Amino acid sequence: MEEFVYAGDATLSRPGSNAELSAWVDYVYFRDNPAGPHSELWYHAAACRQFLKVERDTRTHVISSAELA
Amino acid sequence: MMQAFRQETGGLIDRARPVAFSFDGRRLQGYQGDTLASALLANGVRLVGRSFKYHRPRGILSAGPEEPNALVELREGAAREPNTRATVAELFDGLSARSQNRFPSLRHDVLSINGALAPIFAAGFYYKTFMWPAAFWERVYEPLIRRAAGLGRASGLPDPDRYGKQTAFADVLVIGAGPAGLSAALAAAGQGGRVVLAEQDSALGGRLLSDRRSIDGRPALAWLAEAEARLRAAGVRILTRTTITGVFDGGTYAGVERVADHLAAPGTLPRQRLWRVVARRAVLATGAIERPIVFGGNDLPGVMLAGAVRSYVNRFAVRPGARAAVFANNDDGAGTIADLVQAGMEVVALVDPRPQTPPALRAVAASHGVPVFEQSTVRQAVGGTALSSIVLGGKADGVRLSCDLLAMSGGWNPAVHLASHHGGRPVWHDALAAFVPGQMPPGMRAAGAAAGHVSTGGALRTGSEAGGGKESAVPSTGPESDAVTPFWQVVNPTGKAFVDFQNDVTSADVALAAREGFTNVEHLKRYTTLGMATDQGKTSNVTGLAMMAALTGRTIAQTGTTVFRPPYTPVAIGAMGGTHRGARYRPTRRTPAHDWAASQGAPFTEAGEWLRATHFPKVGETMQQSIDREVRTVRQAAGFCDVSTLGKIDVQGPHAGAFLDFVYANTISSLAPGRARYALMLREDGFAFDDGTVARLSDTHFVATTTTGNASRVLQHLDFCRQMLKPDLDVCVEPVTDQWAQFALAGPHARSVLEQLVGAGSDVGGRSLPFMAVAQAAVCGVPARIFRISFSGELAYEIAVGASHGAALARALQSAGAAPYGLEALNVLRLEKGHPVAAELNGQTTAADLGLGRMLSRKKDFIGRALSERAALQDADRPALVGLRPRAGGTLQAGAHLVPAGAPARIEHDHGHVTSAAYSATLGCWIGLGLLAGGQRRIGEVFRAVNPLQKMETEVDIVPPVFHDPAGAALHG
Ligand SMILES: [Zn+2]
Repeated sequence: MEEFVYAGDATLSRPGSNAELSAWVDYVYFRDNPAGPHSELWYHAAACRQFLKVERDTRTHVISSAELA
Repeated sequence: MMQAFRQETGGLIDRARPVAFSFDGRRLQGYQGDTLASALLANGVRLVGRSFKYHRPRGILSAGPEEPNALVELREGAAREPNTRATVAELFDGLSARSQNRFPSLRHDVLSINGALAPIFAAGFYYKTFMWPAAFWERVYEPLIRRAAGLGRASGLPDPDRYGKQTAFADVLVIGAGPAGLSAALAAAGQGGRVVLAEQDSALGGRLLSDRRSIDGRPALAWLAEAEARLRAAGVRILTRTTITGVFDGGTYAGVERVADHLAAPGTLPRQRLWRVVARRAVLATGAIERPIVFGGNDLPGVMLAGAVRSYVNRFAVRPGARAAVFANNDDGAGTIADLVQAGMEVVALVDPRPQTPPALRAVAASHGVPVFEQSTVRQAVGGTALSSIVLGGKADGVRLSCDLLAMSGGWNPAVHLASHHGGRPVWHDALAAFVPGQMPPGMRAAGAAAGHVSTGGALRTGSEAGGGKESAVPSTGPESDAVTPFWQVVNPTGKAFVDFQNDVTSADVALAAREGFTNVEHLKRYTTLGMATDQGKTSNVTGLAMMAALTGRTIAQTGTTVFRPPYTPVAIGAMGGTHRGARYRPTRRTPAHDWAASQGAPFTEAGEWLRATHFPKVGETMQQSIDREVRTVRQAAGFCDVSTLGKIDVQGPHAGAFLDFVYANTISSLAPGRARYALMLREDGFAFDDGTVARLSDTHFVATTTTGNASRVLQHLDFCRQMLKPDLDVCVEPVTDQWAQFALAGPHARSVLEQLVGAGSDVGGRSLPFMAVAQAAVCGVPARIFRISFSGELAYEIAVGASHGAALARALQSAGAAPYGLEALNVLRLEKGHPVAAELNGQTTAADLGLGRMLSRKKDFIGRALSERAALQDADRPALVGLRPRAGGTLQAGAHLVPAGAPARIEHDHGHVTSAAYSATLGCWIGLGLLAGGQRRIGEVFRAVNPLQKMETEVDIVPPVFHDPAGAALHG
């Protein structure tokens, strides 16, 4: 088990309960795959269990910021 | 005669400490300080292995980790390690080494006939030769090729050695301890930071150990000793025998330290240690790897890299031959001649392919009486299993010279590998005629030969700069010429001319790839396998690239570059695993009553991270007899089972009910305090995720269970829902799995057992504790929660006490007349009741597929609702849960596929599969659950359960999934 676990794209927002099916399909299945800055969630699994919002460059893996999500 | 090729004096070996070793069973002797390669050469052993495809005789090419030829098996038995480079294996007393890839013996290898079959082994042979018929590939071609072309054999036994791991933090990591690395480490230590110096060799010094140089007017070895003393005094952490193998994110470097590979037995030491060095800055001082030249027969034993020849002559005091020739496109030839002559060898020629041989070099040759063949090449090396003569080309075409050693040098390739581990590509530098590091990993700088500065002076100066020092502090060195004119291959060589020695790729293969259009570097590599052996092309990649450039009329820069990925040299899987192997692979979780179950003779099985008791055999019982007895006990009397492994999550707060309504598909908030409910959780994609029970202990306090395997996934999911989706809800989620020991107590006598354990003041009768009720009471005098829930379908309770009371509760249940049952009986009991478990909740089933469609609330938003309603998931032909009952007393296996009776067992007739199966003692026959297209609509039909892998098949009746007590009468007992 790793201390931090990747938990997906941080920019998604869950559709409202009356949203179209297409909005749900987007939310659940479709992801951007940017070469460059990416906002993502990380879960501090082996410690405080907080989700963190991390700005990471997918080309260099450089993390420019991390804050409580 | 022992060590006939050893010089009488000199070198860095310890003649006072002879070392006995064996090669192919021959008993030989070397000295402390030897490598296996230097000791073999000292004994006149030149033939060391056979090549990969053609089984050509091969000797020792290099004196370092780049070695493509001299690969041997080291040690015996379980410790046997194939493909070890003899050039880096340190000699120790009793070392046993064997040549590999030869049949039946090294000297007489019948498979060298492959040389005659060369056309079928040419570039692209995998793609062209063995295409048809397909079935022949597995049965004929592949075994044939594997036999003919291969490397060493793994022992096939568990690795007997121990491995360790260690982390170090540094301000500066210096990689390589040649003149550049030493200079960098001295400079960095002068700044006062933490410095780690990693050197792959057993001693510091790099080329200073092998080339006779002077620094500050003294022999370089004197400067070296002083530098090492200064580094130690400054507290630099010096790691010898440590190869930095990879560069990772955030300044993290991986290294392998060969702690005990140079010892006969590791004793209490780990064999190797994996280092994780985290460093602010790094200095790449990895030196350079000499290039071979491509000419006919350049792979014969006796043809060696010139720098390696100097290593064997100077460092190891070996004479790698008696009569030597030198073939070089650079001015290192002068040093090579001088060293050979000094060691008492005859030098018959300096062959220089350059348009102009510099006067200084000619003068050195003349002073030693060595004839110089200008504008000439070696067209062919001639010999049987070792070099006996060379035939020149170019201006001296046709001249034949008798010699048993040829020192060749095509210049130097900076060892830039680590510099490209972050994706940066090496850049071609015309003046240096070499690839130098391009975009470097953050914090890394290159120095010395790794950056293209091959002279000792250049190495000291650039090393000091990279370490943060001042130029004025750099010691002086004598004049050195590093002039080089690119020269890669002899055109029209006679015989096979090798580019990649380890994978047997020749100049003809490269030319064939060019003719067939594989001119891109990546295509060249894959089509010919150039650079794809375990040496990763350390001596061949750049040469192959340069040859392709020449063949296609492009410059090297236009042709491309080659990138390198970790690891730099092969790393034993054992080193990566470290101590995490076998039982230590991951933590083992034991339930609070584990030791009690063990004392009852229960065997255990792994269930996720847990160990769970499978059954509780009585003396003389088989496993099946034990399981059957345990099942009957629950159905007829009372049994108890440790269910502490179920995930338990405490949910508290004013909005706890609303939160649970959001995460579960059915409604939870309507539950009255003191009651429990079966609950189903979906994923957001609408498929079933997990199930369990939720009990409400008070208005604001719930406790939920998860399946054993999903406990941590469910917790993360609830944390996500709470923090990211419902941050406004006032609710707290805490895992409490480890805090509670929990037992299921089931069977018609369960209540009378429980009554013995609770105090007289507690009523657990059917009226005050009805089905699905929860009570908090004292059990055996300690606070407990009693849940009247049932997985077995019997009158049942789950009793939870503090974890430290688990074993006591198990003993009390036993004394009160209940018999323990294990995971196997638990599985039979649930199967008889048709309850889905992980085999059915497999991530591909919906609530409806599992017969739980009516649990989905229509009145609220919950995770997974929207997508559970999509049309595709409503398809009536989806595979759905059914019961399976073999006809005529047949058995049933999970994994078998369901084919309509009368239809052939082919994919187009596959209607589903068996998910769980077991023998039911209650029913006296095998039963199973399955996922069948159309589900319960098919009840009454007959299918065949087919398992083609084990050639088993059974006719089954499709029946409702609840086999026992479908009305649920027993529950209310
Ligand atoms: Zn944290």
